[in-house]
Formats: sequence, C-alpha cells, structure tokens
Amino acid sequence: MGLLNLAIESIFIQNILLSLFLGMCSYLAQSKKMESAKGLGMAVIMVLTIATPLNWLIRRFLLESGALAWTGVDALANLDLSFLTFICFIAVIASLVQIVEMVVDRFFPVLYNSLGIFLPLITVNCAILGASLFMVERQYTLVESVVYGASSGVGWALAIMSLAAIRKKIRYSNVPEGLRGLGMAFIITGLMAIGFLCFSGITLGN
Amino acid sequence: MAKLRKIVTDPLADNNPVTWQVLGVCSALAVTTQVSTAMVMSIALTAVLCGSNVVISLLRNMIPNKIRMIVELCVIATLVILADQILRAFVYDISKQLSVFVGLIITNCIVMGRAEAYALQNPPFKSFLDGIGNGLGYSVILVAVASFRELLGSGSWFGIQILDPAWYVGNTLMLLPPGAFVIIGLLIWFQRTIISKTLREED
Repeated sequence: MGLLNLAIESIFIQNILLSLFLGMCSYLAQSKKMESAKGLGMAVIMVLTIATPLNWLIRRFLLESGALAWTGVDALANLDLSFLTFICFIAVIASLVQIVEMVVDRFFPVLYNSLGIFLPLITVNCAILGASLFMVERQYTLVESVVYGASSGVGWALAIMSLAAIRKKIRYSNVPEGLRGLGMAFIITGLMAIGFLCFSGITLGN
Repeated sequence: MAKLRKIVTDPLADNNPVTWQVLGVCSALAVTTQVSTAMVMSIALTAVLCGSNVVISLLRNMIPNKIRMIVELCVIATLVILADQILRAFVYDISKQLSVFVGLIITNCIVMGRAEAYALQNPPFKSFLDGIGNGLGYSVILVAVASFRELLGSGSWFGIQILDPAWYVGNTLMLLPPGAFVIIGLLIWFQRTIISKTLREED
C-alpha cells in the first residue's frame, strides 16, 4: 500500500513536471506532435526506471559516508565521497542512455525505430537527474526508488501527451500573435497544473 | 567596444535565452516563490555559466570533437559542485531551500547551449562576456517572475512587507506551481509584443 501511495503521489500529486518544473525544455520542444510526445514519454519512463535505482546503488555502495566499508580496506572505511554525487550521477545517466540506446537497437529494432531519435535527448533532461537527486534527498529505499523512478516517468509522459493533445486542438484557434507557440504552451501548462492540484490529498488505505 | 557591449546586452532583451530560445526554464521556476532564493540561484547560475564558458573556450582547441559533450558535462558538473559547496558553506539556509535545484544547473540547457554554441568557437574574454550576458538575461526573467509571485502571493518583496495584510489577502495560487507557469507565459507575451519587434512564429 505504501508503494502504491508513493506511485500515486509521484504521478498525480507531486507530478515531476507540473509541480516540480523538471524536464521543461524537451517538454516544450517536443510537444508539437502526438507521435513524438509519445515516443519521448516512453523513453523517459524507461530511462527513469533504470537510472534511479542504479544511482541509488552507486550512492549507497560508493559515495555515502562509510559506504566503501564493504571493501574491507581500513583507509576507505570512513571516506565520505558524497560531494561527488552530481558528477557521478550525470556520468551514470549519460552512459546509461548510450547503453540503453545500443541494447534497444540490437534487440528491439521496432522499438528503436520509434524511440531511437529521442534517447540522446534524454541525457540533458533535468527530470532524470532531478529524480535521482530527490531520491537522495527523500532517503528512499531501493524498492521505493524503482517505484519512484517509474511513476515519475509515467507522470512526465502523461503531462507531455496531454499538452501535445491540447496543442493539436488549438492549432487553428485565434490566439493573440505574441502569445502563439511558447507563451500559449506555458499558459496551458498552468491550467493543467491547476487541474492536477485537485489530486492533492489523495491517499489510499488509511 | 560597442561590439563587446552588444555581447552583454543582446541576451538581456532581444535575444533573451529564456523567452526566445526556451532554454533553462526548468530550474528557473521552482525557486521563484521568493525573490531572495531566485537571486541566489541567478548568481549561482551566472557564475557557473561564466566559468564554464571560459574553461571550455580555453580548452576549445584541445577537445576532440567526438567527446566534446562529455568534456563539457564534466567541466560544468565540477563547477556546479563548487557552487553548491560554496552555497552550503556561506548561505546554508538558502541552500536548504534551493534543495536539488542547484544540482540541476548541470542539466540547465543555457549552460550547455552556450558552451556548445559560443565558447567552442570564441576566445576566452568574449566567452566570458557572453556568459555574463546570458546569465543576466536569465536572472532578469527569474527575478521578474519571483517579484510577481512574492508580491501577489504573500504581499512582500525581498521579505519586506509591501502590501498591508490588513487589506490585501495573499493569493496563494501565485505561490503554487500554476502561478509560475501563467506568469512566465504572460511575460513571454509582453516581451514578444512590446520589447522585441521581430516576431518569430513557431506553430
């Protein structure tokens, strides 16, 4: 039940895009077409689900204060490398994206054809790094970090696909000239965020 | 001299990185509920941007083209770690409020974008000015959004009470995420129609 609540919270209540503002750049740039919104959404779900627990392991066994105790070397037992968190996380994400791209290309050619061009974009998507950093700040366990990563990805995909659908609907609407494109996208996002506010306070069980 | 000045002033209005090029809004919004946090965030970003532009510009003839992204990421991540440690050492309370958003400067597209588009082709001093210009352009938007949100949301500016709570009831919606989205949308509208005459169409 706790995990389900965590999933609901990160998809609807604390949506990574609509309430934490992460991943805005690609969200605005890729939401003109439904197809690309869907592709990018799936790619983000996939990378987030793998990257968040992977970073959890890196942090737990390499970076935290005393994390290197498992090596059995006395000199390493009290080492605190947590200042290296940022650089390690971004390196993990960048290389993970490359590996995922190669694996998908090799084993799932159909998937690669639809996701391929979006994968490199994901390295610099702040949602991925942001989720890893929040995972550290909120002190999740390994299982929680998997759920958190996956459901944040779902929340992000939900947001970008809704925006793509709305943008398609308003393509022929008479929007004031300076507001066309970017300005309107922000205002629609604001309205969507107001909608998502209605979910706040929902919990399952007691 | 006029040319050098233009490198700094151009990104402030006509070519603002946030409103024109849609860069770096990610972290721009979450820290805008108060002007003071927005200010610290702007200073941190400008410092990182100038630093990374100078370093990458100095290294530009040594970086092999194929691995330039990784090199850029490493330079930026190192500078962000420095910025984060400095903030923690000197303004601990504000750095607690900024939480993960200092770390997210690494993936801020302005920093990466300027390194890629400007610092790789230009000498260090010009890149430094470009960093200042774009950093200020980002700061202007960030502080403007924060001013609106703090003034309308809690009736104060920089922590000083301006609108008397006796007659002004704070608009909590401004402090919630939707307020930031709507304000930045309206700012973009204002900037595109009034400040900058040349309109570019997107859709």
